[in-house]
Amino acid sequence: MTELPVRVLVAKPGLDGHDRGAKLVARALRDAGFEVIYTGIRQKPEVIASIALQEDVDLVGLSILSGAHLGLTRKTVEALRAAGAGDVKVVVGGTVPQSDVQALLDMGACAVFPTGTPIESLVAEVRRITGAGAPSTN
Amino acid sequence: MPEGEFRTEAGLVVERCYGPEHSGPDAFARIGEPGEFPFTRGNHPGGYRDRLWTFRQYSGFGTPEWSNERYKLLLEQGGTGLSVAADLPTQIGYDSDDPDVEEEVGRVGVALDSLADAEILFRGIPLDRISTSWTVNGTAAIMLAFYVAVGAKQGVPRAKLRGTIQNDILKEYVARGTWIWPPSPSIRLIADTIEFCAEEVPRYNAVSVAGAHFRDAGANAAQEMAFTLQDAVTYCDEIVGRGRMTIDQFAPQVSFFFYTHNDFFEEVAKYRAGRRRWAHIVRERYGAEKPSSSMFRFGVVCGGWTLQARQPHNNIVRVAYQAMAAVLGGVQSMFTAAWDEPFALPTEASTTLALRTQQILAHETGVTRTVDPLGGSYFVEALTDEMEEKVVGIMADLEARGGMVRCIEDGYVQRLIADESAAVQRRIDSGERVVVGVNRYETDEPVPALEPPVMDDAARKLQLDRLAEVRRTRNTRAALDALAGLRAAALGDANLMPPLVRCVEEYCTVGEITSELKDVWGEYQQPTVF
Repeated sequence: MTELPVRVLVAKPGLDGHDRGAKLVARALRDAGFEVIYTGIRQKPEVIASIALQEDVDLVGLSILSGAHLGLTRKTVEALRAAGAGDVKVVVGGTVPQSDVQALLDMGACAVFPTGTPIESLVAEVRRITGAGAPSTN
Repeated sequence: MPEGEFRTEAGLVVERCYGPEHSGPDAFARIGEPGEFPFTRGNHPGGYRDRLWTFRQYSGFGTPEWSNERYKLLLEQGGTGLSVAADLPTQIGYDSDDPDVEEEVGRVGVALDSLADAEILFRGIPLDRISTSWTVNGTAAIMLAFYVAVGAKQGVPRAKLRGTIQNDILKEYVARGTWIWPPSPSIRLIADTIEFCAEEVPRYNAVSVAGAHFRDAGANAAQEMAFTLQDAVTYCDEIVGRGRMTIDQFAPQVSFFFYTHNDFFEEVAKYRAGRRRWAHIVRERYGAEKPSSSMFRFGVVCGGWTLQARQPHNNIVRVAYQAMAAVLGGVQSMFTAAWDEPFALPTEASTTLALRTQQILAHETGVTRTVDPLGGSYFVEALTDEMEEKVVGIMADLEARGGMVRCIEDGYVQRLIADESAAVQRRIDSGERVVVGVNRYETDEPVPALEPPVMDDAARKLQLDRLAEVRRTRNTRAALDALAGLRAAALGDANLMPPLVRCVEEYCTVGEITSELKDVWGEYQQPTVF
């Protein structure tokens, strides 16, 4: 059976321009068999939601290193719902203190990957959340 | 890497042992004396005997009031210069009351909306005695205008102001991302600030060409140096091309800024090679005659990407080694990052410890006693030669591809960096490159409990109230006139700094000034390469 590849949007909301991590994650997910789109930096939550809808993605990964993760995640989740894409999964990565993780989960994130998360565990978690199968070995 | 072959992080081959056979016949001439062209061994004959590097800790957060307190603390603890961290809205040209940026106000730096904020930021800090560096690029010209205006209010003449605006937009298009306008008008504005400083603020560095952000985005040491020098060439070409100034009139106010990462001798070689290469470029490409024009003066930051969230106290050790490499490379100004940077903004205690790291290096280790202590080392000189050769090769490639602006606009530089970053990550994931506490000697250590400063609602309200007050009480007519004057200058080719200074003196805001110029120049559109 051929399954359609799972589509992921890696997004940088807010004004933070540090995207070494976002690009590494984008590459790692692509190498793991996902179809990956990267928004570039400094995107408004509404724009991220509209790209998510247009590109019909299964999951949005937000990368935020400026400390503004709480407000920007809430706005992005709301924007996705408002755009009728409330079923799109959201995960968050970046400079997130442990004390904020629960708040992010409560506002609708499926997983949080603070700085220092091994990339293979991030890929495994995204695979679990999206129900993507293991990559074919041939 | 073939079995038995050793390489630096940038891929330079390292031999088992070095001797005179690695030096070549003209080794001594190539190195020269300290304080003499081509400055391989440093800019000054006396080195750190005469003057230590500046201890300059990057700092700023929340409101101008809070940041002013932190600056006074750092100066009381022996800091010798200020380094302003501005929040992202300030750096990108939004006011604190712009609904699109409410999450970011005062978050990674201090919020500065108008001259009223800048006055508070430097309250009680004598600008004729303390130098100030600004890691601001898109809006650097506005920050320079703030500084000149605050100086005037303190009664400090422009000629006595010292410091640096980073003001290097090209690398922002590649990494860090605080661009506003397209490259061409942005470069024009940078050239205007350089001319203005040369004429009016002669002790201020009008640009700090920064490789640091290429590096932290993934570039290796050789790429970092090459991209930086190529950016500097782009700015100098612009100014010399205008025909209003010679290289000797402005080159002494061009400075540089880099990240110092972990590969100790490679970092030392990077700075020695960069110093020599720049001296040759300034003399040979532009015909500089004054020795000070050829001097490569640089600051560094230690930490950044090399800092790890796991076993974070190890970061203290990493930063200390990096700081020593920078000093053996001849640094002029240094910021040592705090060990808790991977988690949040530093606390008062971690900030002070980071400053102490430099003080111990300066006063206890003895590395300052002689100039360029590694000069003449067979290994370090060979590595310096190889680093320079590699830098020359990368710069030639960029020139052949149409120069730096072209290479950024088509995403070439971004791709080189992303490739290098991915390659390094693969080496870390495979364990080939050891990161202590991350892929070797791992332990289950709980994340430290920290109490970083937070921008709370009261602080936000203070900032928004002041901005509203400024808008209410300023002379609106005069402010609008000043903005109109700026627009007229932007449409022509007059220097933009005088009308900018007038705008800030009339309390026009960072957002208003930026918007006015966006109307004339448009906004940059980014390519997205990963």
